[in-house]
Amino acid sequence: MAGSIRGSGIAEPATAVARPSLRPAVRGRRWEILRQAARTRLGPLGVLVMLLAVTVALLAPVISPYDPLKQDLGHTLGRPDRAHLMGTDNVGRDVLSRMIWGTRVSLLAGFGSVALAMIAGGILGLLAGYAGGQTDGFVMRLMDAVLSFPPLVLALALGAVLGAGLGGVVIALGVVYTPTFARLMRGQVLTITTREYVEAARALGAPGWRVAWHHVLPNAAAPIVIQASLSVAFAILAEASLSFLGLGVQPPGASWGSMINAGRGYLQQAPWIVFWPGAALFVTVVGLNFVGDAVRDALDPRLRK
Amino acid sequence: MGRLVFRRLLATIPVLVLVTAGVFALIHLTPGDPIDVMMAESVDDSVKANLRRELGLDQPIYVQYATWMRRLLRGDLGRSIRNGEPVIENVSRRIRPSLQLAALAMAVSLLLATPLGILSAARRNTSVDRVGTTFALFGICMPNFLLALLLIFCFGVKLRWLPISGYLDPLEDGWPGLRSLILPALTLGLALAAVVTRTLRSSMLEALGEDYVRTARAKGLSEWSVIRGHVLKNALIPVVTVLGLQLGTLIGGAVITEYVFALPGVGRLVVDAVFARDYPLVQGVVLLIAIGFILSNLAVDLLYGWIDPRIRYR
Repeated sequence: MAGSIRGSGIAEPATAVARPSLRPAVRGRRWEILRQAARTRLGPLGVLVMLLAVTVALLAPVISPYDPLKQDLGHTLGRPDRAHLMGTDNVGRDVLSRMIWGTRVSLLAGFGSVALAMIAGGILGLLAGYAGGQTDGFVMRLMDAVLSFPPLVLALALGAVLGAGLGGVVIALGVVYTPTFARLMRGQVLTITTREYVEAARALGAPGWRVAWHHVLPNAAAPIVIQASLSVAFAILAEASLSFLGLGVQPPGASWGSMINAGRGYLQQAPWIVFWPGAALFVTVVGLNFVGDAVRDALDPRLRK
Repeated sequence: MGRLVFRRLLATIPVLVLVTAGVFALIHLTPGDPIDVMMAESVDDSVKANLRRELGLDQPIYVQYATWMRRLLRGDLGRSIRNGEPVIENVSRRIRPSLQLAALAMAVSLLLATPLGILSAARRNTSVDRVGTTFALFGICMPNFLLALLLIFCFGVKLRWLPISGYLDPLEDGWPGLRSLILPALTLGLALAAVVTRTLRSSMLEALGEDYVRTARAKGLSEWSVIRGHVLKNALIPVVTVLGLQLGTLIGGAVITEYVFALPGVGRLVVDAVFARDYPLVQGVVLLIAIGFILSNLAVDLLYGWIDPRIRYR
């Protein structure tokens, strides 16, 4: 990657002509990454799981057989049958419908919090690495302070003060994951700013923000993308844990974690209340891990055989 | 070594200051009036005013912070607004089950992960290796609470071998106490074992490719002597790193495990305090956990120096 963009680094501030010639190279590189990702053994399986989860989340209102909130007290703890493929819960709600709607919550929380952390951490890391000196010291000590809290305990404490609900959980998890991205970005910036193409851009009179945006950021992106793809699975797990504890989406809303918590009192009579959302959570996390590993293998040439 | 300890301790001071500031700010992040959030609407206004004064919330924020820090330096972490007891007392009553759980979980993970990791690496690409790697993937992707429920379902509900909740002190009650901790320790230990297995396998594989291993083999040592005498020692450093990195996950896992199995530990205390909106207790316990976490990370850092002389002299 560095090869194709390195050329543009020098040419860009001086002439606009160099830009169009860059694009096919970048596009070619993207195809190469996709081809690499597809070649890994479990990557495609992970992509399949992720696509399925995204489709289910998007089509929830269409494919959900029942209203996920509708109670049917005449049909509580119902075994899985034709009418309710995954059975019903303790107040007669359809487990399948709730699981389908829960997919939305999990994906929103997973991708939302990682996106938030990626943006916040990216900006802070860029600032720290680029400004250096006291700014760097302060930002990085701040990140160390955030890392001094065990992640779930910090998310729990933040979730508690921000109030229960999906928004609070996304922000709390976003804060928890921010230092990882900030540290990564800072490290990248420190390495990249010593390269000749950055020096050349500066010598040609490019302002600081332009150097950061056009030269540093694109070259620092790969490890950030790898980290993001690995973090989503953990963020989904963390959201489920917080929902399980009672933060996150509030009853009667459906999320996998809260469904499992609600069903744990009925393990003997109706294990399906816990089993289905548990299986959905496990399969999604395994799938996302496969995708994360494939992206890492494809983007990190050192790991490629 | 003494200089290393001193340098590391010095470096934690600014972080500790920021941590205390963060914990202090926690109560002020609450949307709306924290007193209203902590107390029911029906509570008398004079009681609310008293609490506001007691917590110093009627003062300007810098005065509040200064007062809070002064108290903190004297070892006063505040009082729970629910039971009126100092935070320290609340925590010291709960620390024992938590430490016992952590120790047992660590034992479970090392007992499982050490043979599995070694065998996986030594018998690479065989069925033993596949068992090891599948176990690692399973443990890493399995949420703690789900594993806990699975174990409760199998060993508590179906087989009825082990108690599914409650706590007896193993040091006082012996075997019944130990039994009450088996399922929680398995829950917490299996997840940790997965990570350790994966790390041990990959660091063993790396060490197996080194020149000194080839030399050891060339001089005619048996494969197990090579592993025991040369590979394992060098493969342990990344395992210590991972154990250090996993401390946070272990504490988080303990919060969930204690919640599911109704263990009266510090993790359960945090969850209860959060739901009782007992903010002074949340602040105090979270601060203590963070300090404990920082100190354990420091201990892990120093442990490297002890295990690997190359780090000590850098």
